[in-house]
Amino acid sequence: MMEKIVLFFRDRDAIILAIVAIVLSITSAKAELKVDITRGTVKALPVAVANFVGTNKKEVELGKSITSVISSDLERSGLFRPISQKAFIETEKSLDILPKFQNWRILNVQAMVQGSIVILEGKNIKVQFRLWDVFSQRQMVGQVYTTVISNWRRIAHIIADAIYKRVTGENGYFDTRVVYIAETGSQIRRIKRLAIMDQDSENHHFLTDGKFLILTPRFSPNRQEITYMSYHGGVPRVYIFNIDTGRQEILGDFPGMTFAPRFSPDGNAVIMSMARDGNSEIYTMDLRSRRAKRLTRHSSIDTSPDYSPDGTRVVFNSDRSGTQQIYIMKSDGSDVRRITFGKGRYATPVWSPRGDLIAFTKMRRGKFFIGVIGIDGKGERLLTDGFLVESPTWSPNGRVIMFFRETPKGKFGDKKSKLFSIDLTGQNEREIITPMDASDPAWSPLIP
Amino acid sequence: MRLGSLTFIIAALFLVSACETMDEKGGADTSGLKAKTYDSKSFYVAPGTARDFVVNVGDRVFFALDKSSLSSESRSMLEKQIAWLKKYGGVNVVVEGHCDERGTREYNLALGERRANAVKDFLVAMGISPNRVKVISYGKERPAALGHNEASWKQNRRAVTVVAGS
Repeated sequence: MMEKIVLFFRDRDAIILAIVAIVLSITSAKAELKVDITRGTVKALPVAVANFVGTNKKEVELGKSITSVISSDLERSGLFRPISQKAFIETEKSLDILPKFQNWRILNVQAMVQGSIVILEGKNIKVQFRLWDVFSQRQMVGQVYTTVISNWRRIAHIIADAIYKRVTGENGYFDTRVVYIAETGSQIRRIKRLAIMDQDSENHHFLTDGKFLILTPRFSPNRQEITYMSYHGGVPRVYIFNIDTGRQEILGDFPGMTFAPRFSPDGNAVIMSMARDGNSEIYTMDLRSRRAKRLTRHSSIDTSPDYSPDGTRVVFNSDRSGTQQIYIMKSDGSDVRRITFGKGRYATPVWSPRGDLIAFTKMRRGKFFIGVIGIDGKGERLLTDGFLVESPTWSPNGRVIMFFRETPKGKFGDKKSKLFSIDLTGQNEREIITPMDASDPAWSPLIP
Repeated sequence: MRLGSLTFIIAALFLVSACETMDEKGGADTSGLKAKTYDSKSFYVAPGTARDFVVNVGDRVFFALDKSSLSSESRSMLEKQIAWLKKYGGVNVVVEGHCDERGTREYNLALGERRANAVKDFLVAMGISPNRVKVISYGKERPAALGHNEASWKQNRRAVTVVAGS
């Protein structure tokens, strides 16, 4: 079977044209390698990722780097267990020769990844890879990409996503970025800057200089834009920031503090809170007409709104019952229903990309929890807890939740703050490495 | 940027005075665990100044967990503030609302705003012109006391009246 995939994508550096996937594949409906990730406990799939081959030193080096990025992506997901290259019996040869499957089988490897690199005219690379089912000896996926050399990391993430998708049946999330707040200095005059990095902590850079407090960033679903709250000029308001141009623009002309912004699923509106005269209400602002519409009318605090993926409903946080609880309303503000009735206070609801779950922060008996609950208010599950865990954000495939964790540090009341990710099952909690303290993570969609 | 330049100037003034107040409390670095009170005997404090307000009146009131209502203690503190503000009628203030670290960020921004407005409402009800009183919420972003215990949290659930100049 011949398969042809044409991918177009752009990034900060250049417009890239990636190409063609030639799959010499003989796919059949026979029992094939698959990780069932719907079960509660997932046993990681043993996989061998061989170094991508090249014909000169530069290609070989780049091949090793790409292999290492793919391997760490797969490993961090908790669904794959890349085996050490030291155990390999067969060393990489040409991509055009079939792997000696028996040499991989005795290592108990179920899937094997091989690939090759060619540098074209000194500035582009052509990267090919194949994923093999070692036991059935079938190629599961094979693709070719051409791009500028500087994009090699993205190619590695795209390949890891292709492997993830082929094996799990779900989209991957490796070709994504994370925007968050980098924290430095004393807790009393904390400096908070907007920072961005790839989901594997690489390509880290700051987007603001720390002169003003920046809080709670969120990605646009379809543009290179971030919305957040800034104390720019001492006036706390919601802003939109364009990653490509670096331009920051205040959103709307509200008489009170605006905060807790999120984009609508089509990227054409921002929903947020506006506080005035001691009362916080939820507003949505159309980004084209710049018209704001008020959605809640209640003397209580109404905040942390988030749209459902289809845009028809809004989940939010309110203390109208006397304590912080989570509510869902229609996106015109009608039909408000409370969904949390457990013991404790519930906050920061975020709607899962699949639409069926709400992730939240819960506070109970002096402890904080990250959990999920069905949109019907049923099936609450707590995934992790601590002195303070807050601000869940979903991977674009709805499989992983990132959040931040504060831990008391030292004798003088200091604390550290770091980002973590955890699988929806509550397994595989990992620190997301950042150069300094970190909070308020927001996961990007798959990079277009 | 859609902010008018006037707004910028006003905002800048607030910010400057906010910094001054912080420094006076010894809160500018990690060593400052508690607000330091200046001894009025060892420093000359010019009447009608921000320092005069902090030292001789008292700039803050405290709140119960998750609450924004004023206790009788808070009301008597605010009555002293009001008397001072009536004496120095040209002085404007910014009321900063703050929370402890045991809440979520966005909710605390709203709660801080509620607390700051509870103070503003009281000042206005007692005859201070609303034009002289601005509010800002810092949520849990600007604690006055470090420490992960009720003794510190209590000091952080506060509204601070900051003299912003005339």
